[in-house]
Amino acid sequence: MIKNAIAVGVAAASIAGFSGIAHAGKDLDAIKARGSLICGVGTGTAGFGLADSQGKWTGLDVDVCRAVAAAIFGDSEKVKYVPTTAQQRFTALQSGEVDMLSRTTTYTLTRDTALGFDFPGINYYDGQGFMVNKKLGVKSAKELNGATICVSPGTTTELNLADYFRANKLSFKPVVIEKADEIRAAFFSGRCDVYTTDASSLYSVRAANVPAPQKADDFIILPEIISKEPLGPVVRHGDNQLADIVRWAHFAMLEAEEYGINSKNVDQMLKSEDPVIKRILGVTPGMGKALGVDEKWVVNIVKQVGNYGESFERNVGMGSVLKIERGLNKLWTKGGLQYAPPIR
Amino acid sequence: MTDLAQSGDAPRPKMSPPADQTGIVGWLKRNLFSSWGNSLTTIVLIACVVWIIDWFIDWGLVNATFVAANGPECGKNAGACWALIGEKYRYIFFGSFPYEQHWRPLFACIAMLAMLLASADRRMWNWRLLVIWSVGSFVTFLLMFGELRFPLTIFLIVGLVVGGVGMGLRAGIASPREMLTYRVLAIVGGVGLAGRIAGVIPAWGLEINAFSYVETGLWGGLPVTMILATYGLVFAFPYGILLALGRRSNLPLIKGLCVGFIELIRGVPLISLLIMASVMLPLFLPTGSNIDKFLRALVAVIFFAGAYIAEIIRGGLQSLPKGQFEAADAMGLNYVQSTTLIVLPQALRVVIPPLINTFIGFFKDTSLVLIIGIFDFLNTANQALVDPNWAGFPGEVYLFAAAIYFIFCYSMSRYSKYLEIELNKGTRR
Repeated sequence: MIKNAIAVGVAAASIAGFSGIAHAGKDLDAIKARGSLICGVGTGTAGFGLADSQGKWTGLDVDVCRAVAAAIFGDSEKVKYVPTTAQQRFTALQSGEVDMLSRTTTYTLTRDTALGFDFPGINYYDGQGFMVNKKLGVKSAKELNGATICVSPGTTTELNLADYFRANKLSFKPVVIEKADEIRAAFFSGRCDVYTTDASSLYSVRAANVPAPQKADDFIILPEIISKEPLGPVVRHGDNQLADIVRWAHFAMLEAEEYGINSKNVDQMLKSEDPVIKRILGVTPGMGKALGVDEKWVVNIVKQVGNYGESFERNVGMGSVLKIERGLNKLWTKGGLQYAPPIR
Repeated sequence: MTDLAQSGDAPRPKMSPPADQTGIVGWLKRNLFSSWGNSLTTIVLIACVVWIIDWFIDWGLVNATFVAANGPECGKNAGACWALIGEKYRYIFFGSFPYEQHWRPLFACIAMLAMLLASADRRMWNWRLLVIWSVGSFVTFLLMFGELRFPLTIFLIVGLVVGGVGMGLRAGIASPREMLTYRVLAIVGGVGLAGRIAGVIPAWGLEINAFSYVETGLWGGLPVTMILATYGLVFAFPYGILLALGRRSNLPLIKGLCVGFIELIRGVPLISLLIMASVMLPLFLPTGSNIDKFLRALVAVIFFAGAYIAEIIRGGLQSLPKGQFEAADAMGLNYVQSTTLIVLPQALRVVIPPLINTFIGFFKDTSLVLIIGIFDFLNTANQALVDPNWAGFPGEVYLFAAAIYFIFCYSMSRYSKYLEIELNKGTRR
């Protein structure tokens, strides 16, 4: 009985020690009092959120958490990562187990309203794509008439696929498999010609899951994107200030890229005479105060995490194994969708 | 006549059995080549084994890469990429536990192993067991958490339970002085608890801060598997005994509750209990109150294992002849005494092999906690596979994980075999 009691006591102490208190509007206070941000991440998606060999979390989604921590505490390391699965991610946020989610979550109306969440930003514009073996010699999804296609059941992916092929008057044979690893195995073993799911996940599968005799280069991802999957961080209703900080931490990374501020030149940029850069970097004070954080918030974010372009290239872009094109995620000035309102 | 008598008396020279019946040749002939069919089977099987071993040596040793900077470099050779294990083994074993403090979960695992090994020895099956587990658990959790806090309430509960059980168990046997100790313990515990609940006695706790605090969210790998399996079953065991006794109770209410609970839990898969604990439970709790995820998973495992253990123990209870119960009653023993001194020792001896079978099953079942975002040993191994820098070597990682699981499960299975022989010495001739 003594050991029962010890374990119960230990557990009780641990709960009292770090449970996230979440009264409406008090989330930020709780984060500050605790001294760290609790960020819900995925259970391992290459490039977006993944624990490395030393157990440190890295990825594009993880960088959002780090940027928020850099804005609040001036230290991007003050984050506790809680792995969440697709099933329990929303409960974890609703119950206050995590302060925010950043794990490839699609922004939809029902999630934004009925579930009681806010999507402060979109850090990755994704969409459903197609992966095929190079040997097929296919260059476009329009050439896929009569193909066998691996798809998981009961998802929007399956419906989008049917819609797209009907709209283009093409026929296809679906191979419907429930589990993600079984779909991959079926595709790589040649049971189906095409594998369709979110493009980011296709890149990640191509980089990480191609079985040994085949190589990542043997497969191509077709240029057509047939659905909208805007992915971004999520906070729960009730603390608008925290939502603001998450929103502007993301925008700050975009603004920094747009004005050419990166982790290497940020110190020189502090001497810039450009009034916009002076406002962004807090040389002209006011922005940090308005947001309720330190005036050096953007400097901290850019120095410790980098601007959006740096984060993208390092985690999923050409600087990584995934080699995803910027595509829709280019800045608006370069023809993409990433557009930040002015910091002023 | 004499010739005949002589030849009858003379010792016949001893002849050894035919050469093909003795020694290695004889054994081979009897066991492997006794007929054409058997010979053929033997040859085919030997060929298969040789082929597999040959392939494994080629793949796993001769052509394998033991040192490499990343995955593509590792993939140059045709063989296995053991460099991946070298790169990832610390993550696979200890998960996201702070890297520079990995010695803590290492020693915690060693402490748990030592604790389990010590309690495997039958000579320890008395008050020593309590000491071993108290010390072992204390060391394990101190290493894992870094700091521990024992609230006053815990001490009061222990006092109440020890006093209560002592009073029941030693009634009529203990000296008046011992009995008085139990009574005092029970009264102090009970009154203290009542005072604590009423708010008369202030909250107080014994705090031990040895290392930096590491919350359960950062635990991962082998310690998680071992803690979930070990403590899940340690708590489930007494709980299962109570359920089994309750199921045989004469009081319809207690019997009904126990039967209902057991059948309810056995009627659903473990995974649904885990999802219930991690997804549904937080929604029922008021916002802000939050039960640690690890504890929730542990409780789900305890409930599940408890129901199964109860049914196993019920089998043991039913195997006891009625005379044992009647004899215990005739001796004037009360319910607690007859149960703990007469019934349970015999019932538990019968069910030890199926119990260990359940233990082995649960050691592996704990991998289901991935569904609620806890990384046990198999799941940290899975994580190691996702790293795009080391992509494409699932076989190596799964073999490694399988080897570790095999070591644990096989030793448990051997131990069960040993116990079976050891405990049945009295009934064998």
